[in-house]
Amino acid sequence: MISKRIIPCLDVTNGRVVKGISFLNLRDAGDPVELAEFYDREGADEVVFLDITASHEQRKTVVELASRTAEKVFIPYTIGGGIGSVENIREILRMGADKISINTSAVKNPGLIKESSMIFGSQCIVVAIDAKSKTGGGWEVYLNGGRTPTGIDAIWWAKEAEKLGAGEILLTSMDKDGTKDGYDLQLTSAVVDAVNIPVIASGGAGNLEHLRDVFNLAGADAALVASIFHYGEFTVRQAKEYLRSEGIDVRL
Amino acid sequence: MYIAVIDYNMGNIKSVENAFKGIGADVKVTDDPEIIGKAKAVVLPGVGAFRDAIGNLKRLGLDECIMDTIAREKPFLGICVGLQVLFDYSMEGAKSPGLGIFKGSVEKIPDGVKIPHMGWNKVRIIKKDSMLFKGIVSGESFYFVHSYHAVCADEGIISSTTDYGIDIVSSIEKGNAYALQFHPEKSSAFGLKVLKNFMEIASL
Repeated sequence: MISKRIIPCLDVTNGRVVKGISFLNLRDAGDPVELAEFYDREGADEVVFLDITASHEQRKTVVELASRTAEKVFIPYTIGGGIGSVENIREILRMGADKISINTSAVKNPGLIKESSMIFGSQCIVVAIDAKSKTGGGWEVYLNGGRTPTGIDAIWWAKEAEKLGAGEILLTSMDKDGTKDGYDLQLTSAVVDAVNIPVIASGGAGNLEHLRDVFNLAGADAALVASIFHYGEFTVRQAKEYLRSEGIDVRL
Repeated sequence: MYIAVIDYNMGNIKSVENAFKGIGADVKVTDDPEIIGKAKAVVLPGVGAFRDAIGNLKRLGLDECIMDTIAREKPFLGICVGLQVLFDYSMEGAKSPGLGIFKGSVEKIPDGVKIPHMGWNKVRIIKKDSMLFKGIVSGESFYFVHSYHAVCADEGIISSTTDYGIDIVSSIEKGNAYALQFHPEKSSAFGLKVLKNFMEIASL
């Protein structure tokens, strides 16, 4: 059966990795392609690039990134951030990206999910959801990196995205993101139960037990990991060896 | 002395081209039967719907070119939809005919598992002396993305299978014709090893 996936996530702006990454014999640790190559060699199952470039004039750097990555990285990779049209999607996929991730543009124009999944296939359309817990229970969808509430229920939106043709949900807990105290197991598990497409859990990974729990307790199909790999606290291989020792099927 | 990668407008050809270039192959991406005819080896990639794939091949006059490549025992490698089109017919959408080079059909993956079958899964090598899997142990993982799978009438052509609810045919071979359901171009080091083995088969 399908292995659980470990996916390093790189935040990119103007073609460069956002935060300084502290390892490791790389010629240029700010180059997202070189980092992705490194993670490929290390045994990562996929790589996600989230482009946070603000201005529209610089969008072409995303296409360049897709193209350069395709020449060097031989695992699947996803590009997300600011993608708003079928034409954007086509361009990025044509360069060799396997999937694109849409977030704000999917909420503002749900038809984009439907149209793009019909043209390119569900397998390459990832819908990213940033969710924050509500005081009365449940979770609300936020846009613009957690700054803008939408009033939309996150579980409802995940189901709707699946119905429209999303192939995968990339689910980030805004409550947990950056805390390093573990994934939001309740949120993840609620979305996993609500949809039949794979769910990538994101936000909160601080140690290897957190990875184990999001797979074993919340049923995630994949875990997105950033800082614990980028800052060299653990290697992808260490994470996978640990998960395997805990009885989780991973590719090693 | 190049490998022809057939471009028939069926998605992500770039990745296959890049993977071969990455291992030092001389690659020509082409839809020209003449260039394909002169190649040392031929690769048929493909992502997308079966019917579109067959339609595009016929429209470009490439169906006969592929049949000729295989009949003349020139090294051939089909990938994903490039495996599926080699069979008699597919049940994707409505029943539609394939190239009929191999006996059998292409069927939907049975219910009970998430579809598409997407991600890393283990490949059990049945044909232990397969040149394509040289240096790769049975049980190694490769990357899959598909909703339909080949059902071979002649089980003798199956070189590996993969467990996904049922045993899925993950590769076939007969003579110099090889085909993979998984994506070697997205399967990291072992995927590239499969492509290198194919180059060796083609004496490139």
